[in-house]
Amino acid sequence: MKMESIVPPLPATTPVAAPRKAVRRARRRWTPARIGLYVFLLGAALFFLLPLYVMIVTSLKSMDEIRQGGIFALPHAPTLAPWRLAWSGVCTGAACDGVRTGFWNSVAITVPSTILTILLGAVNGYALSFWRPRGANLLFGILLAGAFVPVQVMIYPLVRVMALAGIFGSLPAIVLVHLVFGMPVMTLLFRNYYCNVPHELFQAARIDGGGFWRIFLQVMLPMSLPVVVVAAIMQVTGVWNDYILGLVFAGRDNMPMMVQLNNVINTTTGVRQYNVNMAATILTALVPLALYFVSGRWFVRGIAAGAVKG
Amino acid sequence: MANVSLRKLNIVLGGKPIIRDLDLCVEPGEFLVLLGPSGCGKSTLLHSIAGLVDSDSGAIEIGGRDMTDADPSERGIGMVFQSYALYPTMTVEDNMSFGLRIAGTPKAEIRRRVDRAAAMLQLDALLRRKPAQLSGGQRQRVAIGRALVREAQVFLFDEPLSNLDAKLRAELRRELKLLHQTLGSTMIYVTHDQVEAMTLATRIVVMQGGEIQQIGTPLDVYERPANRFVAGFLGAPAMAFVEGTLDAQGRFEADGMRYLQEDASRPAGRSAVLGIRPEHVAIQPDGDFVGEVTLVEPMGNHQVVWLRRGKATLASLVHDARSYAPGERVAFSIDTARVSLFDPVTGNRL
Repeated sequence: MKMESIVPPLPATTPVAAPRKAVRRARRRWTPARIGLYVFLLGAALFFLLPLYVMIVTSLKSMDEIRQGGIFALPHAPTLAPWRLAWSGVCTGAACDGVRTGFWNSVAITVPSTILTILLGAVNGYALSFWRPRGANLLFGILLAGAFVPVQVMIYPLVRVMALAGIFGSLPAIVLVHLVFGMPVMTLLFRNYYCNVPHELFQAARIDGGGFWRIFLQVMLPMSLPVVVVAAIMQVTGVWNDYILGLVFAGRDNMPMMVQLNNVINTTTGVRQYNVNMAATILTALVPLALYFVSGRWFVRGIAAGAVKG
Repeated sequence: MANVSLRKLNIVLGGKPIIRDLDLCVEPGEFLVLLGPSGCGKSTLLHSIAGLVDSDSGAIEIGGRDMTDADPSERGIGMVFQSYALYPTMTVEDNMSFGLRIAGTPKAEIRRRVDRAAAMLQLDALLRRKPAQLSGGQRQRVAIGRALVREAQVFLFDEPLSNLDAKLRAELRRELKLLHQTLGSTMIYVTHDQVEAMTLATRIVVMQGGEIQQIGTPLDVYERPANRFVAGFLGAPAMAFVEGTLDAQGRFEADGMRYLQEDASRPAGRSAVLGIRPEHVAIQPDGDFVGEVTLVEPMGNHQVVWLRRGKATLASLVHDARSYAPGERVAFSIDTARVSLFDPVTGNRL
């Protein structure tokens, strides 16, 4: 009975308090600090968008118009001819059929490099966090140390090893190289994700009779979607944007888009076709760009899931 | 129904001995509760019975068969964890049937067992849901159901109610006890909650520092604690301790005040610690002792009145509605037949 007499006053006070709070919050919206914040954000956005703007408008102009100067001006007579040329006609070294061969080469390299690396990284991370084999921490330490060794240091020994194995300059060679270089970060990513999964879940699966692969495939992998998305974004971007490894290991027939783009832009003969160069560059950057736009939400969520809970 | 027997079990984790030379026999159909403070090794002991922790020496037998090095899935056990440990991407039904599907049980048999467990735990309507769509109590029911469908010989519970709020905990506690009455299976249950231990157990094992302090029925452990640790761990408010001496006639005195009259059956002529439970201190006008009220804690259906007598502080359970004020002097009596005496050095019961 005493309790009941205390309760009634509460609802009377809350409706009064709520609108007052709302008014205050609305007033606070345009403080000098907030204006400064927006000015800074707009400035930063402009700074990064300006080059993209220049690239797009230049790629839509004819060479004559480009020669007139005014790189910020919108095109008088927009034309898609440079885009067509860049995709299927421009010379990339000896052949002159555009960056499209490079595009498909890059796809052929990126798809297996991403899928295999993620799967292997996930198995590594899973084994390290749940099965904890003898020397697991040492192994993990060595793997991480590998992430800090510059790629260039390892190129020559890798070339020798691949030549001995007889796969140098082929699609398997470049996929293997990406697999090796992607392993430390992928393993780290998955290990940290699985370390946050309650160990009891693994123990429950063990009691249910699950073995190494069954627990991985039926319990752990299905619940790894957020981290798989992050890993895919990192790996696709990394492989797509790679230049040096593709140049060295892929061989003539599998030159990735990035290498062809360099060939387009750094040709020493003839006229420099800025509009075609810009179009080819945008075409090459399109895949990672699209990936970030589509999955940005997932990316942030995955990073947060890994970082905050750890 | 199966018995579990542990012999000379030793477990070392990270160089630290967790369980030392432990012997334990669990009878078939028994509800055994391992009780102790956190870090006492009770969970490790349960995990070693489940096969999730390797023992360094000793033997584990389940149902008369040596299971010391057997895989967890071969031991004929079902286990329920504190964090539920449900597979988040599977439905309730798939969660419960996962183990059976791995074992290759025929579909019709899986169906029968899942339906039976679901009916027992009122999960029928939830079979298609994912764990994230369930409340804490429902999740723990599913976890219990997952152990049930295994039709295990022994059920292991690792603090299964600790993540639930007080009301649900009491509810599920009753359900567990009913379940044990229905199934009659052997159950081993780890908890640090003495209420769970007292209400559920047929026998309680009180542990500390990797060693068993006392094994007995709840009443036995409560009424005749083997040492000061057990006495202090069980009971709320805790047993009050008064340090003093026993004279040649078995009279107990502490800083000049008499507590116990002569009794030839008591050990004589030594120092001792007297342990008094709050329910054995009764405030009544014709009591032999006088104390000062220091604090009153109303609990609704009873109140705890804290009394000071000399240097000793005693709690008293009062079941009438009389109100007491701090500073008030009251007469009280002690049920001297039910007090405990301990050795002040070893802490063992005298």
